[in-house]
Amino acid sequence: MSVSTTFATARAEGRAALVGYLPCGFPDAAGGDAALLAMVEAGCDVIEIGLPYSDPVMDGPTVQAAAQQALDNGFRTRDVLRTVEAVAATGTPALVMTYWNPVERYGVERFAADLANAGGAGLITPDITPDADPAWEQAADAHALDKVYLVAPSSTDERIAMTVAHCRGFVYATAVMGVTGARATTSDLAGPLVARTKRATDLPVAVGLGISNGDQAAEVAAKDGIGADGVIVGSAFVRALLDHPGDLRAGLRALTALTEDLAAGVRRA
Amino acid sequence: MTTPPERTTSYDADALGWFGGPERGFGGRFMPEALVAALDELTAAWQDAMADPAFLADFDAILRDYAGMPSPLYFAERLSDKVGARILLKREDLNHTGAHKIRNVLGQALLTRRMGKTRVIAETGAGQHGVASATAAAYFGLDCTVYMGSVDTKRQALNVARMNLLGAKVVAVDSGSATLKDAINEALRDWVASVDHTAYLFGTAAGPHPFPSMVREFCRGIGDEARAQCLEQYGALPDAITACVGGGSNAIGLFTAFLGDEDVAIYGFEPGGEGFETGRHAATIHAGDRGVLHGARTYVLQDEDGQTQESHSISAGLDYPGVGPQHAYLADVGRATYEPVTDAEAMDAMALLARTEGIIPAIESAHALAGALRLAPERQGQTILVNLSGRGDKDMETAISWFGLGDADAETGEVQ
Ligand SMILES: Cc1ncc(COP(=O)(O)O)c(C=O)c1O
Repeated sequence: MSVSTTFATARAEGRAALVGYLPCGFPDAAGGDAALLAMVEAGCDVIEIGLPYSDPVMDGPTVQAAAQQALDNGFRTRDVLRTVEAVAATGTPALVMTYWNPVERYGVERFAADLANAGGAGLITPDITPDADPAWEQAADAHALDKVYLVAPSSTDERIAMTVAHCRGFVYATAVMGVTGARATTSDLAGPLVARTKRATDLPVAVGLGISNGDQAAEVAAKDGIGADGVIVGSAFVRALLDHPGDLRAGLRALTALTEDLAAGVRRA
Repeated sequence: MTTPPERTTSYDADALGWFGGPERGFGGRFMPEALVAALDELTAAWQDAMADPAFLADFDAILRDYAGMPSPLYFAERLSDKVGARILLKREDLNHTGAHKIRNVLGQALLTRRMGKTRVIAETGAGQHGVASATAAAYFGLDCTVYMGSVDTKRQALNVARMNLLGAKVVAVDSGSATLKDAINEALRDWVASVDHTAYLFGTAAGPHPFPSMVREFCRGIGDEARAQCLEQYGALPDAITACVGGGSNAIGLFTAFLGDEDVAIYGFEPGGEGFETGRHAATIHAGDRGVLHGARTYVLQDEDGQTQESHSISAGLDYPGVGPQHAYLADVGRATYEPVTDAEAMDAMALLARTEGIIPAIESAHALAGALRLAPERQGQTILVNLSGRGDKDMETAISWFGLGDADAETGEVQ
């Protein structure tokens, strides 16, 4: 299923979509794939697979540590394609979230072609904006891949309009001015940003950064509240695995429980 | 562009920060959307300031009265006699805080005050940019936080103490390789969360637009002064100019005034570490590949997958796996030549300058001098102008262990 069909289905069911993130190869190659499949099984609608990178400026300590662990275990760019294939085989759409240099190094066109071949849905690109470099746009269009760019509370209305005009799939609204990491309370910057973004586009708008439990997911999805079409969760999943070092089965149980809580949250709204 | 026409060169970036255009060029702005508004605001404020004679007059007065500019251009006569070329030293080592870096931070801090921001953050490797930032923050009464890799806080403890005494908060960074590149990552993370009241005083002519161009403009006094001093004192331009290249601020600060002088050969010397063949170096232009690091397309030391590789140099200030995009461009179009200088060559040059001229240079600057010494045999009788970007006080620990200084001879009792 495509990302847009998945969001449309969720919308038809009167709920938000749940987008779950883990870096590829974490806690290790096999465990990472098992973790993503457990998240699919327990109710994630879209999977976001992080491509571990040495200099992740948009990530807080939790995701950094996980990505570093994957790199220390010998992660290679091509490994992400195998993981994409494994997730896509379940019918759940798989996006890759990546900093730009690994893609440029692999070859932008080659990466797009290989991602499409693996059944990947597209890319989320945290450190490039649509006006930074036209190469990704061209390759994504050629291979019908989704282009998910970020909007931020600091974005002007002009920049939001420019950004959404280049997005395909959904628009990623960062709820806080800051980096990834679970936060105890939902940011009050999320609501105004979602409203401004929705004024500029009919694409689904998903909110990420800081969400860690079902109650927060419900708050972000609430139609009379923030009103997001999707809820993106990352660090909380990473944390669930980090809390069970060396015990993958316990980690997977924690992931499943967290996914179920979040999936109930997006349905409670 | 609001920059006065006489200040532009044909090697400048376009309005989006591309040196040589977006297709095959260097620079640009590869940054999270969250920071784009701040970078746009900074670009506008900087261009507005550069067109304001009052801002430029303020900057000149602070550099003169507070930081000791212009620095002298000094004829190193005993050294020149020894090597057969006329060696002129641009004495940035005599500046307040001991390096060219003070020019950049005073410019950026003056701009910060003009923008009404109250806090500055900075990254530092050797600690020189951190000390300069802490100094500028004290001068302007701004809050200051400096990010420094935990490997560097250990090897540069003296500079950590200086920053503390100047009232700055120093944060040790443990992530990644715990060196300069990770300090930059951490400063960027701080900035994403604090951008409404905080300015990022970037320490070199790298990073996203407008930093490579803005830092160049704040440092270009090095070359503007040196060019005028050379003409005035010797009636001619130098035949060659040399600078060390870490991120590239002192080098671009020297080069800019000479870019239009086609007869002046321009050389940048990169840290060759233990030698290119060993893989333990930081010779980014010489050995790196095109890539994106810290917001700009440039040359990057990276593996097959685009993961940044650790760099190595005896000089902490040059130990960076990227390089300013304008240098990548100048190398590509052939206007400047970049070559590696090893740790050993730099340390030899440091000792030679100390003994022939009574000047102990920073190890960074010793790379520029070692490069000049390499050029001298083919440039007998010619004038080579070297940017002595900083003084060596901060490097004495390294010198002690490299040269074995301070050990008493078992036989004679002489302390070597
Ligand atoms: C004296 C001195 N020279 C040169 C450098 C290298 O920086 P850049 O290449 O930006 O001039 C440093 C950095 O700390 C320094 O302290």
